[in-house]
Amino acid sequence: MATRTIAGKTVEVNDEGFLTRPEEWTKEIAIELAKEEGIPELTEAHWKVIEFCRQDAGATGKAPTLRRITTAAGVSTKDMFALFPKGPAKKVARISGLGKPEGCV
Amino acid sequence: MADENRKIAFICSKGDLDMAYPALVMGWAALGNGIDVTIFFTFWGMDMIRKTRQDHLEIAPVANTAMKMSMMGLKGADNLGIPNFLGALPGMTAFATKLMKDKMKALGVPPVSEYIQMLVDGGAKLYACKMSVDMMGLKKEDFVDGVIDIVTAGDFMDMTEGAQIIFI
Repeated sequence: MATRTIAGKTVEVNDEGFLTRPEEWTKEIAIELAKEEGIPELTEAHWKVIEFCRQDAGATGKAPTLRRITTAAGVSTKDMFALFPKGPAKKVARISGLGKPEGCV
Repeated sequence: MADENRKIAFICSKGDLDMAYPALVMGWAALGNGIDVTIFFTFWGMDMIRKTRQDHLEIAPVANTAMKMSMMGLKGADNLGIPNFLGALPGMTAFATKLMKDKMKALGVPPVSEYIQMLVDGGAKLYACKMSVDMMGLKKEDFVDGVIDIVTAGDFMDMTEGAQIIFI
C-alpha cells in the first residue's frame, strides 16, 4: 500500500487517494484533502457532515452513501451538492479519511 | 478540472415500474460521480414525472417471460413460469407491483417520486417531450416541480451535444 504525507503526517492511501486507515486521519489532513477536492475552506456545515460520516463509518464499518447522509444526518441533497459539489458522498468520504462509499443509492 | 465535464443523457420511454428505475439509479450514480445529467421523458416515460401517475407505476406479470414463480416467493422455482392466463386474473398486476415495491423498500430504494426529487436536487435537468405532451393532451402543470420545460426532439439534440445518450 502506498503512503503519502499530508499536512505533515505520513498516511496510508489507496490508488484512488482514499486513506486506508481511518484512525490516521486528522482535522489538518481533512483541510488539505478538501483543498485538493476544490473546497478552499471547510465551514461549520462541512464539519457537521464530516463528523457524521466519521461517526457513521465508525459504527457501520463503511463510508455512508449520499442517501444515508441525507436521511440520517438531516442534511438535504441540495445542501450536500452545494457543500461538496460534483460527487458529494465520494468527496466527503475522501476528506473524512474513509473508503469510497459503496451502494447504488 | 480543466477539461469539460462528462455528460450523460437518458431518454425514458417506458412507464412500467421496473423500467422506471434504470435511469433513476444510473442518473443518481452519475450525479454522485460529478457527471452532468439530463433526462428526457417521452411517451409512457412521462408517467415518471406526472404528479398523478408517478407513484402508481405498475409491473405486469403477463407476457413477462423472465418473471418466474421464485419471484412470487416460491423457493427454487427459478424456471417455473407464471402462466399468462394466471397473470391476466384480476389483481395479479397489483400483486406483482406490491411484491416489487416491498422488495425495493426493504433494500432502502426510494419510491419514484422521491428519487425524481433527489435527482432534481442533485442538479439533474428534466424535460418532457413536446410531441408526447401534445398527443396525450398534457400541460406543464401536470408535471412535478423540477421539470424544466417541454421541449422538441431537436431541442434535446441541441442540449445534449457531447453527451453519452442512453435510451430506456
